[in-house]
Amino acid sequence: MNRVSLTWARFSWPTFLVFLTLILPWYDSGSESVFAEAIGDKSWLFPIVLLTGILSILALIDPNWRRHALAGPLVITGLCWLFLQAFTIGLRGPHWLLILDLFPSAVDGQTGFGFGAWALVLALVGALSEVLAARGFCRGDRFASFSVIGIASLLGLFVLFPILKLVFAAFVSNDGVISIYPFFSRLVAPDLWGAACLIGAGRCGVVINSVVLGILAGISATGLGLALALLVSRTDFRMKRWLRALSILPIITPPFVVGVAIIVLFGRTGIITVEVASLLEIRPSRWVYGLPGILMAQILAFTPVAFLVILSALEAINPTLEEASTTLGARPLTTFRKVTLPLLRPALAAAFLLTFIESLADFGNPIVLGGGYDVLSTKIFFAVVGAQYDLGRAATLSVVLLLLTVTAFAIQQVWVGRSTYVTVSGRSDAGLVSPAPPVIKWIAVLMVAPFVFFTFGVYLIVLIGGFVHDIARMELAPTFTHLWTAFSFEISDTGLQLYGSAWNSMITTLWVSALSAPLTMGIGILTAWLIARQEFAGKHIFEFITLLSFAIPGTVVGVSYIAAFNIPPIDMTGTLWILVICFVFRNMPVGMRAGLAALAQIDRSMEEASQTMGAGGARVLRDVVLPLIKPSVFTALVYAFVTAMTAVSAVIFLVSARHNMATAYIMGRVENGEYALAIAYSTVLMLVMIVCVALMNLMIGRRILGRRLSFKEGSPS
Amino acid sequence: MDQPAIEFRRVVKRYGDTTAVAGIDLQIEQGELVTFLGPSGCGKTTSLRLIAGLELPSSGQVYIAGRDVSHDPASSRNIGMVFQSYALFPHMSVLENVIYGPTLRGLSKRAAIDSARELLDLIGLQGLGDRLPSELSGGQQQRVAVARAIIQQPDVILFDEPLSNVDAKLRRKVRDEIRSLQRRFGLTAVYVTHDQEEALAVSDRIVVMNQGQIEQVGPPSMLYERPKNAFIANFIGDANLISGVIQGGIFKATDVLIPLQDQDGPAVISVRPERIGLLSGGSATILSASYLGSRIEYLVDALIGEVLVSRPIFEPRFEAQDSVTLQFDPTTIIRVG
Ligand SMILES: Nc1ncnc2c1ncn2[C@@H]1O[C@H](COP(=O)(O)OP(=O)(O)OP(=O)(O)O)[C@@H](O)[C@H]1O
Ligand SMILES: [Mg+2]
Repeated sequence: MNRVSLTWARFSWPTFLVFLTLILPWYDSGSESVFAEAIGDKSWLFPIVLLTGILSILALIDPNWRRHALAGPLVITGLCWLFLQAFTIGLRGPHWLLILDLFPSAVDGQTGFGFGAWALVLALVGALSEVLAARGFCRGDRFASFSVIGIASLLGLFVLFPILKLVFAAFVSNDGVISIYPFFSRLVAPDLWGAACLIGAGRCGVVINSVVLGILAGISATGLGLALALLVSRTDFRMKRWLRALSILPIITPPFVVGVAIIVLFGRTGIITVEVASLLEIRPSRWVYGLPGILMAQILAFTPVAFLVILSALEAINPTLEEASTTLGARPLTTFRKVTLPLLRPALAAAFLLTFIESLADFGNPIVLGGGYDVLSTKIFFAVVGAQYDLGRAATLSVVLLLLTVTAFAIQQVWVGRSTYVTVSGRSDAGLVSPAPPVIKWIAVLMVAPFVFFTFGVYLIVLIGGFVHDIARMELAPTFTHLWTAFSFEISDTGLQLYGSAWNSMITTLWVSALSAPLTMGIGILTAWLIARQEFAGKHIFEFITLLSFAIPGTVVGVSYIAAFNIPPIDMTGTLWILVICFVFRNMPVGMRAGLAALAQIDRSMEEASQTMGAGGARVLRDVVLPLIKPSVFTALVYAFVTAMTAVSAVIFLVSARHNMATAYIMGRVENGEYALAIAYSTVLMLVMIVCVALMNLMIGRRILGRRLSFKEGSPS
Repeated sequence: MDQPAIEFRRVVKRYGDTTAVAGIDLQIEQGELVTFLGPSGCGKTTSLRLIAGLELPSSGQVYIAGRDVSHDPASSRNIGMVFQSYALFPHMSVLENVIYGPTLRGLSKRAAIDSARELLDLIGLQGLGDRLPSELSGGQQQRVAVARAIIQQPDVILFDEPLSNVDAKLRRKVRDEIRSLQRRFGLTAVYVTHDQEEALAVSDRIVVMNQGQIEQVGPPSMLYERPKNAFIANFIGDANLISGVIQGGIFKATDVLIPLQDQDGPAVISVRPERIGLLSGGSATILSASYLGSRIEYLVDALIGEVLVSRPIFEPRFEAQDSVTLQFDPTTIIRVG
């Protein structure tokens, strides 16, 4: 038996891939193997052929990379050369004329990476991780070593590289010259920084607009979140479960639909606007478009996040502190002001900063409700998608937006610290919580009541809007025409025919979500495990980059992907894969956080026990870690799935006629004023999400609990 | 066959700026139970983890059964480990826990179950195979952890403070069980503890560590009776350390004169409290007397300083403030510095 496992330990999969590299087509469209191409006129590929050849021979002598001292330098040289040639010789020839002296044939250029090139990248990364593991990287564990290097490469490729390309694009002038000047001229444009509106004279620049909106949204959502949290945990209002459930709503609400509902309620011909106008005998106006409308929509969307952050902090406060204050003779209001509020300060700051970031990154609400009120995310969108395509300008605006969100995020991390991140829960034995003083309670009720009514109204519109004749004109005759327009089908003898205009986007969305969710979850949890349990050089940088991708607004990701993946060597725009990849790396930090929190609860000696019994990293993960953190795995999966179905800010740049997404389709309907159709589709989308989550729950959740329960029941006690 | 089961050669382990293990040379023979003993933070756990492969040395080599495993991960070494928290998998039954290792190493499930049942019977856990670890008592969990570690006949079995979660009364019993299992299977074992009594009771040899280095290695009796230095004397059992001078075969410290054949010069000697006799009347004064059941401990104020004396209960007793004379037995005095 030992013999068998020993041979397997010698086996190394990168070996296979190195062989494959030599046969697979090197470029993406109709090309031959690297060998044939090199013999042809792509002479700069010869070093690659040579290297692949040497590695193959080494692999034939002994498939275990750890035995070859030469493998390390070879592999690194190979990776460098691979990317160097790819980035210096583009579609229309080399970027530096110097290269023509070396390789005259480079003048014809080359297309992007194909299967062969990607196989080689994978093989080299694999070989590198094996070589490093042999030197004691990750305590010699091959799986962990490969995971670290693999994920680091992926983060480099799909997070860092696009951002760098984006920053680079900001320095390229419209006629393709690289210099610092275009960046500065774009940066100081008056429509960015104008502050006229602050003194009541005209419009402001987009940066000022965005920041003002962010601050207002942050303050409102934090205030409301605090009020809600106090009502839930410090009064006898029995609505905790309801509010918690309600806080999930914004996550599963597709973008635009809240905006549309607000227009239906408060637009110029909106239900409430018209009522109020006739009551006061004034002319109905477009007042809601601009700051008021966006702010309303954002408060609705972000208050739940603030609420959850503050609630967990409030519940983590040791009640004895408040009791101590009371026994010292402080009145309830004094205790609240002098003890409770100061203890909440980090959570309030965190809630504010999170909302601020979300508001800046928000795209769906400003685009529907913005009117003349431009913010960074919409300006960026129009610079890329609008009449005058101007990547340089979009890139510059993106850099500004990125700096704002990253700064806010850095403040949150450093200043507010991790106190809000690691919260204590399950405190049951440490005294009774003191109820909020009556004044506070009534202030909270007064704040929350309009919010609750408003939410109720908006979701009422969402609920019925798709199934009545014309919600905007209050024609409430029930109808399924909107639904049928979107999802008509026919079952004939040739099979199922889908006619509805929305089928295409719906199916793509389901595919993308179904593909990206498990990947997101897998990479997220794996990253969490690496950070929590492995020691390796460069871990801090690794952690920093994963955290960074939290703070990158979707719009910026979208533009950066266009800047990075529109041209060889990595030419992916217009494919389904770019959508999947985009979601994986945008949502992976959430899975990572869930994983980190769960891993912190697990005694790591269980994993070490598994290792000492002969399990490698992958087995430890499968046998011990995953079964123990299954609830968070599930949460991460659901979150990834749902976000992929409702996200818009990044994908709006990446969809194509062939691969359209539901949210992009809905946006098109909203722009055309087809509100009812938009709402109907959104409702269907929400239903689909609920059904899918329920199915996942049934398939995965049952298996987790089922096993444990059956054990419990089956054993005598 | 006769190579050491484990060998450390100049092993160093650093974590950033702290050096947890600072250059250790050590050989552990087949079938021997060796204890790592030392104050908190001296590097015991780290040394154990270096054997397990849960840490790799920063420099130096670790050999197991004659093979250099310095760069091998834990999964490819053949060791068993019993963790302080037992680290039983809560989602697997006792039986599944025990067969986990053998099946990983390629044994068929059936064969693994058979040998696991046999082993569980042997260590008194018959009929508990289907329970979850959470349904066992602490002592039973501990036995499962041991069974899980020894089932695949490891080259060495490692214990990291295995008794710290066992309540005080059970400790002696469990410790004897571990010792007899180790003897019965002829296992090589490394045992970490910071309880010196436990170390004295179970070990073939004790390795006393301090600040990442080995102070002394030897059988319990040797460490107790012939400590190499003041640290050992003080750490293993209680000791009175008295500084003085040796001159021509006599140790002198103020009013004390003891014959001691050793090199001339300043010296420190160690005298065990139970090796000092008390006579009524004299220049020393009893400061306090503590009744400990089997003996009485006196703190005595003498010219050479405060001295701890331990006398059996059946001897004449003294009270605080009594005047006494100290009586040293020259044959049990050790020079430690
Ligand atoms: N993962 C780590 N990172 C940094 N320092 C560590 C790590 N593990 C141990 N150390 C340090 O190495 C030194 C030795 O630690 P070790 O755990 O071996 O002590 P120990 O002898 O087992 O102590 P105890 O009796 O308290 O368990 C300590 O100073 C400790 O702080
Ligand atoms: Mg320890």
